[in-house]
Amino acid sequence: MCSAKVIPINTHVLEQLDFEVLDSITLPLFGSYVSAGFPSPADDYLEDRINLQEYLVQNPTSTYMMRVRGNSMQDANIHDGDVLVIDKSLKPADGLPVVCFLDGEFTVKTFRKINNKAYLYPANPAYKPIEITEEMDMRVWGVVVWILHKPVKR
Amino acid sequence: MTSLYALCDCNNFYASCERVFDPSLNGKPVVVLSNNDGCVIARSNEAKALGIQMGDPFFQIRNLVEHKQVHAFSSNYVLYGDMSDRVMQTLSQFTPHVEVYSIDECFLDLGDFYDIDLFSYAWTIKRTVTQWTGIPVSLGVAPTKALAKVANKLAKKSSKANGVLVLTEPYHIKKALEATKVEDVWGIGGQYAKFLKKHNIHTALDFANASENWVKKHMTVVGVRLLKELRGESCLELEEVTPAKKGICTSRSFGSKLTSFKDVEEATASYAAKCAKKLRSQKSCARLVTVFIQTNPFSEHDKQYYSSKTICMPVATNSDIELIHYATMALKAIFKPHYYYKKSGVIVTEIIPENQIQFDLLDTVDRQKHNSLMKVMDGLTDRFGKSKVQVAAQGLSKSWLLKSDYKSPCYTTKLEEIQIVYNQ
Repeated sequence: MCSAKVIPINTHVLEQLDFEVLDSITLPLFGSYVSAGFPSPADDYLEDRINLQEYLVQNPTSTYMMRVRGNSMQDANIHDGDVLVIDKSLKPADGLPVVCFLDGEFTVKTFRKINNKAYLYPANPAYKPIEITEEMDMRVWGVVVWILHKPVKR
Repeated sequence: MTSLYALCDCNNFYASCERVFDPSLNGKPVVVLSNNDGCVIARSNEAKALGIQMGDPFFQIRNLVEHKQVHAFSSNYVLYGDMSDRVMQTLSQFTPHVEVYSIDECFLDLGDFYDIDLFSYAWTIKRTVTQWTGIPVSLGVAPTKALAKVANKLAKKSSKANGVLVLTEPYHIKKALEATKVEDVWGIGGQYAKFLKKHNIHTALDFANASENWVKKHMTVVGVRLLKELRGESCLELEEVTPAKKGICTSRSFGSKLTSFKDVEEATASYAAKCAKKLRSQKSCARLVTVFIQTNPFSEHDKQYYSSKTICMPVATNSDIELIHYATMALKAIFKPHYYYKKSGVIVTEIIPENQIQFDLLDTVDRQKHNSLMKVMDGLTDRFGKSKVQVAAQGLSKSWLLKSDYKSPCYTTKLEEIQIVYNQ
């Protein structure tokens, strides 16, 4: 439990706030309890904590996640068990890792455009690039914007 | 000022949601089953072409499902709800005024957009939704909501429109009304359609040409509003804030047939608690609680029984404890032993805002205490998940829980269930 103390405020030094503005203000939670002792000098400097969601997700409406199985992209820092953050609103461009639907499966590869031909490049010497042709049933599902990788798998 | 509305409708929404995360289902017949895998509630175009009807019981198509000719899914409302939310949020980028009309339909007010190329704007909307969410949509644009509905239906049907139809020219509107059957007009139900056909009104155009007095006489002011809307005079405004519900119903089929009072009681108590939670979330209270139970009407060898009972509570409430108390009382009054029960439900009506409750002088319930208890319970549920705290009457055995044998993962809301990308 913490006790509160009324702090006298000199009203004429306060700025007038109009109520419309007041409505949209969310007050930050103060960093320390209001107590009878000396107020925390850090209270005036309080900011929101870093929001990882905001950092990783540009467009929440079009962002999805998928989990990686397999190692065909290991040299592009995409490893078995990683979580991919995928933005469906982005268009594939040369050099971007993309999730696509190929032969009945989701797969992640690097999208390449060379001499007006499109390719899907693996990042593992054991696998060959795939040229995308008209008759192939291939759709780019979304562009990978982040790879979430745990340093130690538990 | 001229009004202008777009109706955006997701094509075969539930089936489309399943396809986003399993594109191998594209071009194949897909159906989605009701709660408890009872009957078909959504079909892809391919499933429609096979002659599968809305509401067909699952056992009728089980054979097709087992031979992989039809892909069936238990309903995954968590997934559909999230995908619906994504579609609506994408749409709200195109105009500040939207009305979410149902899980898969949304009206957009384009009143300020008359000067732009509507056709290309509509296509931009359609393409963006499909790109961002993977859900195919159709758009109908017209001066009134009822006409936007007409345009949307035609946009979906006509291969020439290919999903987008803008009706602003009087000539086009006339052609569209001519091509729309009167029973397909928004708000004209089966009974009215029959009646109108008897009076030689077969198409939406016939109806739009009917006299206002005649319509008023036979179809009240609601009919007149519709008439005006079809003539291009906007009478139905955008409802951006959904009004609080007038009645809330929670009912489910049981996973298996139940005979014991205790099992049915537990299920019914849980439905009552769900109703109470919904009431609290819309800040209202209910005065009447109705409970119904029924046996399986599809079973030929079981004895059939259906009954319901409504209780008027002394004071309108939204407390789990009180609603469960009265729901159980109602259930006791109608429950008969030796039947195989398949379904029960709780309906609450006479709903009023929380702050307008009339208290009873002789009220014995400590309402303040109930209120704070419910707040704590809701808080715990938000923090620790569903069913971690509950009223004891809801039981722990849950032998009545739903069957959902064909449910897809919650691809967008549970990290453990996200789609796998294979890298072999």
